[in-house]
Amino acid sequence: MEKYSRHIINKNETVISISKLYKSFDNLEVLKGISFDLYKGENIAVLGKSGSGKSVLIKIISGLLSPDKGKVIVLGQDVANLNRKNLDNLRLRIGFSFQNSALYDSMNVYENLAFPLTMNVKNLSKNKIDNAVEEVLDSVGLLEKINQMPSDLSGGQRKRIGIARTLILNPEIMLYDEPTSGLDPITSAGIIKLINKVQQKYNTSSLIITHDLTCAKRSGNRIALLNDGIFLKVGEFDEVFNNNNEQIKGFFNYNFL
Amino acid sequence: MNKPDSKKYVISRGIDDFLMDINKAYKFIMLFFKDVFKRPFHLREIIHQSYEIGIRSLGLITLTGFIIGIVFTKQSRPALEDFGATSWLPSLIGIAVIRALGPLVTALISAGKIGSGIGAELGSMRVTEQIDAMEVSAINPFKYLVVTRVMATTIAIPILSFYCSFVGLLGSYFNVHAHESIGLISYYQHAFSSISFLDISGSAVKAVVYGFTIGIVGAYKGFNATQGTRGVGKAANEAVVLSIFLIFIEELAIVQVINFIRYF
Ligand SMILES: Nc1ncnc2c1ncn2[C@@H]1O[C@H](COP(=O)(O)OP(=O)(O)OP(=O)(O)O)[C@@H](O)[C@H]1O
Ligand SMILES: [Mg+2]
Repeated sequence: MEKYSRHIINKNETVISISKLYKSFDNLEVLKGISFDLYKGENIAVLGKSGSGKSVLIKIISGLLSPDKGKVIVLGQDVANLNRKNLDNLRLRIGFSFQNSALYDSMNVYENLAFPLTMNVKNLSKNKIDNAVEEVLDSVGLLEKINQMPSDLSGGQRKRIGIARTLILNPEIMLYDEPTSGLDPITSAGIIKLINKVQQKYNTSSLIITHDLTCAKRSGNRIALLNDGIFLKVGEFDEVFNNNNEQIKGFFNYNFL
Repeated sequence: MNKPDSKKYVISRGIDDFLMDINKAYKFIMLFFKDVFKRPFHLREIIHQSYEIGIRSLGLITLTGFIIGIVFTKQSRPALEDFGATSWLPSLIGIAVIRALGPLVTALISAGKIGSGIGAELGSMRVTEQIDAMEVSAINPFKYLVVTRVMATTIAIPILSFYCSFVGLLGSYFNVHAHESIGLISYYQHAFSSISFLDISGSAVKAVVYGFTIGIVGAYKGFNATQGTRGVGKAANEAVVLSIFLIFIEELAIVQVINFIRYF
């Protein structure tokens, strides 16, 4: 695939480093000791069935939820122990694409994209904002939707706009929560292409949460299997998929086939 | 944090939850007073929200104020006629409308229309993760959504309240005019003849308190909504019920204080 030949993954630089992460809600233990490193320029796809804690994992990485135990280091900083200001500064370097897009439904597409920019960068001229909005909209191929309201867009288009909204702040890390769920195969393929394009064009490292095998295979340089609160296996797709371990085989058969 | 023994209650489940709720609400209000004086002030958003609130309730308040003015005058007339004292009507109505009815009616209407609107809007932003989306883009959603809306209700509802009093007196004028020949100007002069500075400032204070209450209750319920779309309806509904309840308690308390000052 193209991305392997052109894109450089720097294994000496970790952008996300998680060790022994635990999280539970009341009596429900969701994460039970997750550890992994995400390298600079790398995409990891996290596979796991519904309710396994995939969304919880990336919410902890972005500081929306706090961990019970364990270390979460993002771009060299301990997320759980940052004050508001430093957390905000870190968040500007992370893009978060929500499972349900989470577009601001009182704003049109242009305003959705301009909002993070105007709120975070002072004294930007209208011209600069327009250019930035048009550039990211063009990247996701939806320039013609600039004046539409989110409610008038399809699910796939909303996902793209959601991704564009995070790209406008030039993030170093992208967190995608189920970018292809609920989409038809062709639209999914388009989103996967977009994820890979973002990795190339903006030189990001990404965590792609999914339960879609195709998405994991095509977008992840490595994949991680989240099962029963831990990463059962992290590695390249073929290596993980052809594993003889019964549990891993069971994971694929049981969940996806 | 969330160990199994957290299921043990200090007093009983109901009372514990209630006290936790009070504590949470208290923290929410304190956070408002901490954030309201901090930059950025989002002035544009405050003005925009105030304008929206004004526009949205103007029609309803005009209609209600006007009708209340007419009805109240019609109902009071026979009692005064018995004493041949219908000439007191304007000042009686003036006292009733400016001291009590204007602020209270405006507050109740706004609780229903504005309070529920804020509860539903923030509630749906919460359950569709729009609030989280702000958070991860380094925008403080409490400042941007809660503080601006509470400021807007605190500014707009007093204005609406005086407007309501004015329209109420106008409604009353139409009834008075049908019976006695009196000009509009001299009617308003009569109506204001027994209104003191204390009355005006008392009503202003009330309206500010009601405005704040409606905003903060709606925002609190919406901002803390859970359970998907059901939670949105619940937030809107609870916002109305709780703010109306609080408004009546505040009315009672403020009237006590004003009367204390008046007869001191
Ligand atoms: N804020 C919360 N409070 C209580 N429980 C929660 C909370 N967030 C998540 N959970 C629980 O944690 C578990 C994992 O949730 P999560 O959303 O991470 O699943 P997921 O892997 O993303 O599933 P899906 O593929 O359906 O999105 C679920 O059982 C959920 O009920
Ligand atoms: Mg999820």
